[in-house]
Amino acid sequence: MQVLDDLWIRIAVWFRGLLESFLPPWAVQLTMDVLGILLLIVLGIVVVLAFTYMERKVIARVGDRIGPNRAGPFGIFQAIADAIKMLTKEDVTPTNADRWLFLAAPIVVIIPAVLLYAVLPLGRGMVGVDLNIAVVFVVAMGGIPILTMLMAGWASNNKYALLGAFRTVAQLISYEVPMVVALLTVVLLAGTMSTVGIVEAQASFPFALVTPVAFVVYMLAGLAELNRTPFDLLEADSEIVAGYFIEYSGMKFAMFFLAEYINLFMVAGMITTLFLAGWQWPILPSWLWFLIKVVLVIFLMMWIRATFPRFRIDQMLGFAWKALVPLSLINLFLVALVAKVLEPGWVRTGVLFVSNLALLAGAIAIMAQVARKREERARAAGEAAIKRYYGSEVR
Amino acid sequence: MFEDDAIPVEKIDRNIFLTTVDWIYNWGRQYSMWPAMFGLACCAIEMIGASTARYDIARFGMEFYRASPRHADLMIVAGTVTHKMAPQVKRIWDQMPEPKYCLAMGSCAISGGIFKSYAVLQGVDEIVPVDVYVPGCPPRPEALFDGIRKIHQMVRAQSIKTVRWYGKEKKEA
Ligand code: SF4
Repeated sequence: MQVLDDLWIRIAVWFRGLLESFLPPWAVQLTMDVLGILLLIVLGIVVVLAFTYMERKVIARVGDRIGPNRAGPFGIFQAIADAIKMLTKEDVTPTNADRWLFLAAPIVVIIPAVLLYAVLPLGRGMVGVDLNIAVVFVVAMGGIPILTMLMAGWASNNKYALLGAFRTVAQLISYEVPMVVALLTVVLLAGTMSTVGIVEAQASFPFALVTPVAFVVYMLAGLAELNRTPFDLLEADSEIVAGYFIEYSGMKFAMFFLAEYINLFMVAGMITTLFLAGWQWPILPSWLWFLIKVVLVIFLMMWIRATFPRFRIDQMLGFAWKALVPLSLINLFLVALVAKVLEPGWVRTGVLFVSNLALLAGAIAIMAQVARKREERARAAGEAAIKRYYGSEVR
Repeated sequence: MFEDDAIPVEKIDRNIFLTTVDWIYNWGRQYSMWPAMFGLACCAIEMIGASTARYDIARFGMEFYRASPRHADLMIVAGTVTHKMAPQVKRIWDQMPEPKYCLAMGSCAISGGIFKSYAVLQGVDEIVPVDVYVPGCPPRPEALFDGIRKIHQMVRAQSIKTVRWYGKEKKEA
């Protein structure tokens, strides 16, 4: 098991030794760095191929369908067929588009997605860089896609693309707030901002058990950050056709697609790192645990996508500002208080867990109450209108 | 039902390399043919039915009905094309990037069907080049799949050397 656990590290060390036998030290360092970067990019592309197929299959099975099964055995080469098609498709630039911005947006969108992989601990000792401000880095990089989406929407010179871009900005900025507060809660508990440190701080309890509220908030904000259903307003095809990438065809469209799935893996990886103890947990090798947890989180997201309808835009923003932000702030306050009073250990975890569950239940009860009130008001208004129209007796 | 159609082998003079490239090129396009999402009349309901659990168009990798014509490869003209709608249909076709295919579904799209009137276009092939006709009023999803198989067959017979959309010369209108 020990051998399997640091398999990749052993390979890296062996390869480094091999290089050192005939290269000067600076060249060895350079080669290793470039190789590491390439590996992360390749990982990104493999992730895209694997998860697009998984998504189509999962959604098909949820809908009691079979899903792709023509391209290769069980359709496993479906993503490759899509890639070939997109690569060979005509590349259209609208006449009135802002040419340079139009060209730049699909390139820029991929950069932060790949950069984020650098701080993701993929296993014990397997992390691109162990930044001591990794959490801040993640938040900062998460802000760049907003810019690229606005770029794409503006440059396309298409009203639907621009509307989609505006929605993106509203949505991502709103959901950034509860996301950061949930991150802050975790940082408070772990006492560090480094992703490796956060994973190590979860040796005894994963933070999903310590503060379920932060976990739920982060999960929802992550879904919104990824523009996945139920928060996929910017691509709502029944309202604004396809959102900000409406005018992109062929490979440029594929780049947005690529970035979306790379980000999906990244957000699932961050959820795993922050709340599910990352690569920790016994018996299996650390990188395998990480992969299993990430796939489970992604499966959950696909399940949500196959199950829920889309929010309306006012509902979505209202949910962020009226529900998630207060909830995460109260939770942060609670965690800070308990963490100050009690020593780390079973008691603190228990107290936090119970109080968090109570908070969650209270929040859900309040939301249900508000929804019921609103429904009653709507029904009363409807009945009043009917009465006004038909006179008092007829119903 | 969908036994594989034989790959045409009449082009013996082509070299091995190009046939392999052709095979990959056509294989990729064949299994990733995203239809444009628009329906015009009753036939559209059968088109929607083709993507439900019983028929499942996703098996061919076609469940991505793209709302934006820029992402679509196949235009399924499902329904009656009125003179009022014809410019929009033409526009969707023009906005689709090459390589693109068109499938006329139902007798209305083929010939105007039962609507022999001043308001209805007598067949969508008056405005766009149609590749495959699927007759019926409405055709069942199985018939639609048969038409899609015909398009796959057509795609497989193409060669990257002779297709019209990579040429530098001006395309005929
Ligand atoms: S062919 Fe028949 S079913 Fe199809 S659109 Fe025309 S009338 Fe409707």
